[in-house]
Amino acid sequence: MQLIFEKSCEGRSCSMMPSCDVPVCEIPASLKRESAPKLPQMAEVDISRHYTELMKRTHGVNDGFYPLGSCTMKYNPKINDEMANLAGFAGLHPLQPVHTVQGALEALSVLESYLDEITGMDAMTFQPAAGAHGEFTGLLMIKAYHKANGDLKRNKIIVPDTAHGTNPASCTMAGFKVISIPSNEDGCVDLDKLRSVVGEDTAGLMLTNPNTVGIFDKNILEITKIIHEAGGLNYYDGANLNAVMGIVRPGDMGFDVIHLNLHKTFSTPHGGGGPGAGVVGCKNILAPFLPLYHTVKSGEGYEMEAPAQSIGSVRSFYGNYGIAIRALCYVMTLGKEGIPEASSNAVLNANYMRVNLQDEFDIAFNNICMHEFVISLTRTKKDKGVTALDFAKALLDYGVHPPTMYFPLIVDEALMVEPTETESKDTLDEVVRIFKEILKNANENPEALHEAPHTTPVSRLDEVKAAREPVLRYEY
Amino acid sequence: MATVLENLKYSKSHEWVEVLDNGNVRIGITDFAQHELGDLVFVNLPEEGDEIAVGEAFADVESVKAVSDVMSPVSGVVCAINEDLLDAPESINADAFGAWFVEVENVSEEEELLDAAAYEAFCEEE
Repeated sequence: MQLIFEKSCEGRSCSMMPSCDVPVCEIPASLKRESAPKLPQMAEVDISRHYTELMKRTHGVNDGFYPLGSCTMKYNPKINDEMANLAGFAGLHPLQPVHTVQGALEALSVLESYLDEITGMDAMTFQPAAGAHGEFTGLLMIKAYHKANGDLKRNKIIVPDTAHGTNPASCTMAGFKVISIPSNEDGCVDLDKLRSVVGEDTAGLMLTNPNTVGIFDKNILEITKIIHEAGGLNYYDGANLNAVMGIVRPGDMGFDVIHLNLHKTFSTPHGGGGPGAGVVGCKNILAPFLPLYHTVKSGEGYEMEAPAQSIGSVRSFYGNYGIAIRALCYVMTLGKEGIPEASSNAVLNANYMRVNLQDEFDIAFNNICMHEFVISLTRTKKDKGVTALDFAKALLDYGVHPPTMYFPLIVDEALMVEPTETESKDTLDEVVRIFKEILKNANENPEALHEAPHTTPVSRLDEVKAAREPVLRYEY
Repeated sequence: MATVLENLKYSKSHEWVEVLDNGNVRIGITDFAQHELGDLVFVNLPEEGDEIAVGEAFADVESVKAVSDVMSPVSGVVCAINEDLLDAPESINADAFGAWFVEVENVSEEEELLDAAAYEAFCEEE
């Protein structure tokens, strides 16, 4: 397929202007750019066909099964987009006077109250643009809290090895030192190890619960207590909230600050690369440190208020507002009964797949799981030389998006599968059949697996070369 | 099959340690480790003068699969880093025992290291 730049044809454009019938007023040479921008010159129909052709080569939730572990690629109901596209939301300007956007502020405020109720938090900011951005924001709030208390020696954040890969990175970005602790044989936090690392320099803990091996840590109350008693705060990575929403609340587990990925848990998955919304919720003790600005009810209306000891802005304006509206629509559509039911079905689907695969595949920490489970292909790699990468590539030939690969790091040759509540039993049965067929092929004809996929527009891409010598710019 | 050199010592987290004549040590990752990680595309090294400690990460390596910490088998002070690695991480894949990461002085502590035979046996089990 040609790049859009290669399709460019001198003189072509989307519109034909009539010849000029007024005197031409020249722009002074000093204000003119030296050369015209090198944009592709194309007719509208060719642009439309170009992007349609690109679209046919992608795979999204609308195309098929997309079990990307810890990314919760659930279906985005059409009504969400319909609501977000209402002119009163979509046509707003972020600098409009507050009295002209009362409805938009009310929508944010109502969503905040629903999300606070679901998570057990007291206040929330919609500014962060994605999950890791939310982590960074929450960590800055923890830092500001300790600083405000004159507690300047707290510079360490404890991160279990089943945490999301972004957690240690966010800690480092926020200026903390990361203390990584290994998990025990059940895949949960090792309490003795945790006790041995907390102290006067503990700023906090970052935890994903359920964790990246799909296990809910039953010692969670003890874990958060150990941190609180050491003087630290607890941060909840909400990436896996889809397993427990409306069933248990991070606030009740002892967490002080959380982020939610609205673009995962509350539909609108990020398969197209965004936009996301990594909203951050917190308990009252951290509310004064929230970013600018926070929507608050004031008399009959709503205002944007600067929290007293705000860490400042982390993004322009109010975050990705359209994603918030989709999340609001999602929560209101499901309601108080539907929210926990969605989580229950996500957990049921994961367990259904796990149990149907466990005779042929090695499942890491094989027990009742939450919304996702992890397959290890170590045995297949050892016996047949077929890796998790080979297996993932083979799935493409069946029109199935590969699961998350090689993560979590504590499981070798890992495939992390998260089917979500979106899928029917028929789909799950078909995918189980496909998984078994690929494993059979791996055992009988491993060479063919090394060359998969065979039916896609491109086969094996040179990922190493792409990482070592990235070409990110079109050269004319 | 991954190779092992007789004159080096090894950690269970797959680093090799070479004791130099002046008492300093050089640290790198083993051939087994580079083989498991696959093609490396990025290396992060500490700076000269950094203190490193037994069991703590002092560097990381990135393959197309994942980023992995490199754990220190000794405690001491980094006195030299192999800057060539930063531009050529693939040299670790090509020659894991030639591609040293850091040289450490004032070595105060050393974890229980394996000799070549014991490490080879350990890798067999992995």
